[in-house]
Amino acid sequence: MRVGFFVTCLVDLMRPSIGFAAIELLESGGADVYVPASQTCCGQPCYNSGDRADTVALARKVIEEFEGCDYLVAPSGSCAGMIRTHYGELFAGEPDWTSRVATLAEKTYELTDFLVNVQKLDRVPGKYRGTITYHDSCAGLREMGVKSQPRALLATMDGVRTSEMADCETCCGFGGTFAVKLGEISARIADNKCQHIVTSGADAVVLGDLGCMLNIEGRLRRRGDATRVLHIAEVLAGVGVGADLPT
Amino acid sequence: MQVASMYFKERARAKLHDPQLQASLAKFQGKFVPARRAAITELDDFEGTRTAAAAIRQRALDDLDVWLTIFDENARARGATVLYAQTPAEINALVLEIARRHAVSRIIKSKSMVSEESGLDHAIEAAGLTVVETDLGEYILQINHYEPPSHIIGPALHKSRDEVAELFHARHGTPKREGIEELCLEARDVLRTHYLTADMGISGGNFFVAETGSVVLVTNEGNATLTTTLPKVHVAISGIEKIVPTLEDVATLMRLLPRSATGQSISNYVDILTGVKGPGEFHGAEHMYFIIVDSGRSAVLGSDVKDALRCIRCGACMNHCPVYQNVGGHAYGWVYPGPIGIILTPMYVGLTNALDLPYASTMCNQCGVVCPVKIPLPDLQRKLREKEFEAHLRPWYERLGLKSWGWLARYPALYGVASRVGVRLLRALADRNGMIHRLPLGGGWTDERDMPAPAGRTFRELYKARATRPQSTKA
Repeated sequence: MRVGFFVTCLVDLMRPSIGFAAIELLESGGADVYVPASQTCCGQPCYNSGDRADTVALARKVIEEFEGCDYLVAPSGSCAGMIRTHYGELFAGEPDWTSRVATLAEKTYELTDFLVNVQKLDRVPGKYRGTITYHDSCAGLREMGVKSQPRALLATMDGVRTSEMADCETCCGFGGTFAVKLGEISARIADNKCQHIVTSGADAVVLGDLGCMLNIEGRLRRRGDATRVLHIAEVLAGVGVGADLPT
Repeated sequence: MQVASMYFKERARAKLHDPQLQASLAKFQGKFVPARRAAITELDDFEGTRTAAAAIRQRALDDLDVWLTIFDENARARGATVLYAQTPAEINALVLEIARRHAVSRIIKSKSMVSEESGLDHAIEAAGLTVVETDLGEYILQINHYEPPSHIIGPALHKSRDEVAELFHARHGTPKREGIEELCLEARDVLRTHYLTADMGISGGNFFVAETGSVVLVTNEGNATLTTTLPKVHVAISGIEKIVPTLEDVATLMRLLPRSATGQSISNYVDILTGVKGPGEFHGAEHMYFIIVDSGRSAVLGSDVKDALRCIRCGACMNHCPVYQNVGGHAYGWVYPGPIGIILTPMYVGLTNALDLPYASTMCNQCGVVCPVKIPLPDLQRKLREKEFEAHLRPWYERLGLKSWGWLARYPALYGVASRVGVRLLRALADRNGMIHRLPLGGGWTDERDMPAPAGRTFRELYKARATRPQSTKA
């Protein structure tokens, strides 16, 4: 099974360890992971800012890079959602591209969805000890149907306790460029999220999208709160969770 | 209504720092969202009903001219007069013309968002007539110097009980009441006189039913029933898009409207008003007028955001919107706030008068998920963003940033070099905990948040380094 790994620009730039953790998980499920060296961005920043020409150019690039694989997997519901649910609309009136998009969209997965529903993983390589609360990122939840998958995988880990926060499906306020354009509103929404995280009593908030991660971690730290913010791949692979695990 | 939507950012900022509003919003959040969640479980097939409702609304819009013609014929056959307003000013002119024709001096009014678009109350008063809003929320706003509504179904939900008590005390000259029930009774006493003396009643219209020529009004206070049946003249005002083909369609839509709006299985009152009072009939107005309003709607119908016209004004999108929940309705600066408002406002008042509105959304799609008629709200918001981008309506630095990213991401080698430099520069700004406290040009982010710094090396360079190392492909 040849799995094309789309690392996503945010993981590439901000936290490469998440990419390696995801690859380790995919390999533990028996995948032959292929990482196109030329990959950059799925085009979502341009798409959501109305720059259609650049979006189409980047979409073409992603399609060309990944259509030779059996699957495309991304450690992000947002980027996977872009490819699966939005690329099609970009090529209306271009029959060749429409069918290429449809083929790629069908085999595009968010990481935990792929691990659970395609690879049927029932054991993960990582170790973690502590109480986790899970934040459902918007695109993963509402575009890709990611809800039970990360929780099912966490449930296979012995040391993990979970404590659901209130409103775990409510947006964290990131919203891409929204976080900068309307930063005060964004920060207020993030603050509500942080409050729910703190109230859950968990020592780590875990999630599946780097955008939400940066937003939540940034706001927690500014509040003076040290609650850990981890990507689900890091926890499941035991990568980047550090030696100082809370007990 | 005056448009202040171009100041969304500034207005929203003020609202974030308004403790009284924030207290009201906190209360509001605990109300409609859980109520809707419980109410939709009463339906055996909520998703199926949603699909049917969306199809009903779409069918009406697909052949809107045909349904309007059928409505027009059926309404006239039952003695009503059907008038059309192209612009907000025409709405006001038609209402005043009707008032003159019937020598009207005292007008009462139940809720109509369309009349907010045209500032009808001000026009009525400027013509020397009196008008009294009978919806409790609208009444509260009217006696507070015509404060604008902040929500389409709960226009005064930004006000606290105490503010209302103060207002009643001041305007009515009565002792200050404490309880909500006492306040309601006081409003009822005041309004009752107006019901009995008014000679014209104005209502909105939740639906216009083509097959019967009826208007459907969905309310909780009973004020619309009195407003439309006691005075001798009734004028129903609503948009061209409010047409539905049949009463059967209304039945389906009514399964969703109150549930999506307030979480009620059915509203306390549903009026279906058809034609004028006939000979020997006891109830109803002697003269019935419909004012069917375009005012930007036909332009929406011909645009790529036409799905927005399916809206049945339940308010679920704003109830569930994290932006609305934190800034309230006034920040949006016009009649319709929240996710539907950020589409309708630019379309009705002009994109250049509401440049920030299409961006007043995290695109979390909670609105799209709860919309009873399946309007793909974030997709429509994005369409407006495209219009702004294409028309060069965004600031130059934003455009430059986007185009640079779009261009760079197309050239992997260049992207590799730039990203390696970029992450190292950002890393250098971090404190010992890996947090950046101030980001040059990124104040929007770092004014109230830290930015977790990049690790310092990109995935692509690390992966390449590993791949070129013999027998070491794993992390």
